Amino acid sequence: MTEIYIDTGQTELPDARGYFGEFGGRFVPETIIPALDELESAYAEAIADPSFHAELSNLQRTYTGRPTPISYARRLSEALGGAQIYLKREDLAHTGAHKINNALGQGLLAKRMGKRRIIAETGAGQHGVGTATATALLGLDCHVYMGSVDIRRQQPNVFRMKLLGAEVIPVESGSRTLKDAINEAMRDWVTNVETTFYLLGSALGPHPYPKIVRDFQSVIGAEAREQFQEMTGCLPDACIACVGGGSNAIGMFHAFRDDSDTELIGVEAGGRGIESKEHAARFADLDISRPGILHGTRSYVMQDEDGQIMETHSLSAGLDYPSVGPEHAHLRQLERAYYTMATDEEALEAFQVLSKLEGIIPALESAHAVAEAIKRAPAMPRDSALLVNLSGRGDKDLDSVIALLPPSVPPKH
Amino acid sequence: MTQAREIHGTAALKAMFARAKSEERAAFLPYFPIGYPTYSDSLRTIAAMAEAGVDGFEIGIPFSDPIADGPTIQAATQIALENGTTVPQCLEAVRTLRGQGVSQPMLMMGYANPLVAYGTDRFVRDARKAGADGLIVPDLPPEEAAMFAGSCAREGMALVFMLAPTSDDRRIELVARQATGFIYVVSLTGITGARKELPAYLTEFIARLRRGASMPLAMGFGISTPEHARRVSQLTDGFIVGSALVRAGGESVEAARDLARSMVEAIVK
Ligand SMILES: Cc1ncc(COP(=O)(O)O)c(C=O)c1O
Repeated sequence: MTEIYIDTGQTELPDARGYFGEFGGRFVPETIIPALDELESAYAEAIADPSFHAELSNLQRTYTGRPTPISYARRLSEALGGAQIYLKREDLAHTGAHKINNALGQGLLAKRMGKRRIIAETGAGQHGVGTATATALLGLDCHVYMGSVDIRRQQPNVFRMKLLGAEVIPVESGSRTLKDAINEAMRDWVTNVETTFYLLGSALGPHPYPKIVRDFQSVIGAEAREQFQEMTGCLPDACIACVGGGSNAIGMFHAFRDDSDTELIGVEAGGRGIESKEHAARFADLDISRPGILHGTRSYVMQDEDGQIMETHSLSAGLDYPSVGPEHAHLRQLERAYYTMATDEEALEAFQVLSKLEGIIPALESAHAVAEAIKRAPAMPRDSALLVNLSGRGDKDLDSVIALLPPSVPPKH
Repeated sequence: MTQAREIHGTAALKAMFARAKSEERAAFLPYFPIGYPTYSDSLRTIAAMAEAGVDGFEIGIPFSDPIADGPTIQAATQIALENGTTVPQCLEAVRTLRGQGVSQPMLMMGYANPLVAYGTDRFVRDARKAGADGLIVPDLPPEEAAMFAGSCAREGMALVFMLAPTSDDRRIELVARQATGFIYVVSLTGITGARKELPAYLTEFIARLRRGASMPLAMGFGISTPEHARRVSQLTDGFIVGSALVRAGGESVEAARDLARSMVEAIVK
């Protein structure tokens, strides 16, 4: 297998100002503009340096356990009776999710830049764990902001971060979820910008973060495209990934961007359903989601009439965010990618089905992507194929799921 | 005691700085958010500070996610939002204050998203009509400001940008070229909030900015006491006090007025 660990792909986007079409940019206080400039040039230098690639690819192989395999989901495919379903197993990457790909890449970059104090935000805790792992490995200092609601629903990850030597700082403002953790991380960065590297966890935020995170995650699609061809001799009819901020999805989609016969499908969190307004489906509910500016970038933002950011709801902490990475807004506008959603209930069902039929307990985030495959496959011919990005494993979610499935009601199937 | 204002927008700010300069001091601009602790108290507080002799105002428009603000202003603007404060209400507040005879320059200060939701051209036009003189958007660096620059220029409204201790000569030049009215000098790397001490490097920092920018410099972030005001007044063309006055305004209109007055007294020779 060829080693393509950072696809800095000769795509023209983002442009020099950090825009993907009309989305992206840099809407941040002046204080951190010089730090973004510094990050941009340090990143450009790093990816031009073969030793950076060598160091990262060595870690990807010997530490993260890449390449992660593709598994053919035989029993699930048979049960659905339509398209064949394949799973890209990011759940098998060290720490149990794709987030480590970006955390290691940015961690190496921070080290190269001589910044020893690392801050990060986390929702589900997977990015926090990824960052705490990278900083433990590289001998850096780690401080993770996490909303107190998320701390409650992702206890195992909080414990893991602490075990890995990170400080977990509870955030009590606003909705006390991912959005508010990013607010606090940005406030920390503005204050400590000269000594601190902000290790942002998804393909969002001010330029150059959406590009850097995409590049470090593009290993997912680069591997998967080659593996899939090796296994089947062709390309999948569709790639499916869940979309929180959008990093695992963009990482999967990037390698397939010119394969016009492969549909790219992003799955947002439908929460309690679109009508309930309690969801995080930024592309599905255009009554309350419009282009706007949040956390330094112009993209779709769930907001009220007055431009105040709305609180979102999802069972899954990693998808519970009112905006979405700017490149997804662009891909949607181009109609290159298509976005849909899965409700809490559908995700919970998919969580159980995949566990029962394949022996794989997915993260609740990833279960949203599985839910879309379950919806689509039956209507597709048997010789078609869906490639689902299984972005993470579900161990972290067991407490929430146990609470939702009362012991008197045995799990279905 | 309605008195018609003869000059508006950037011209009004120019006159404000000229007057302060002729008195060998800096112009003093309080920041206060509309809707805190209530809508009517915020108007009374601003009117009382106007009576106390401040030179101008930053009129805060609350936002749900104020990433450049510390705990005091976060909490105050959160209460303002819980009180139902909207962008149209903030414009209405300016109109009302003008109707009450408040004649000092007023700049609208708010994060980008609510202004974008309102419509940037429409916002600038309506702000001007309400009696505002300029605009400060803390998450809008000059590179992204095209959406406001045209309408501000048309309406004669100041569009203020910021410089920080991290800004290099290239940034200083860029901001000096694009800002109108004045440059907002962020005194420290950090968020808003009252501080016990001002940074030691201010004299040198201001001197560096003066070499690259000839327009008025108004400093904010952390200025909290009459003693701070006195020191900054010797250094800059203007200064902004936010958190300390917001905290006082949370106690009572009189507490904010008295703190503003003690700062006015500290800088007047
Ligand atoms: C396993 C897993 N998948 C997906 C996500 C969503 O993030 P993104 O959209 O950036 O991939 C998260 C976020 O925490 C996650 O932990």
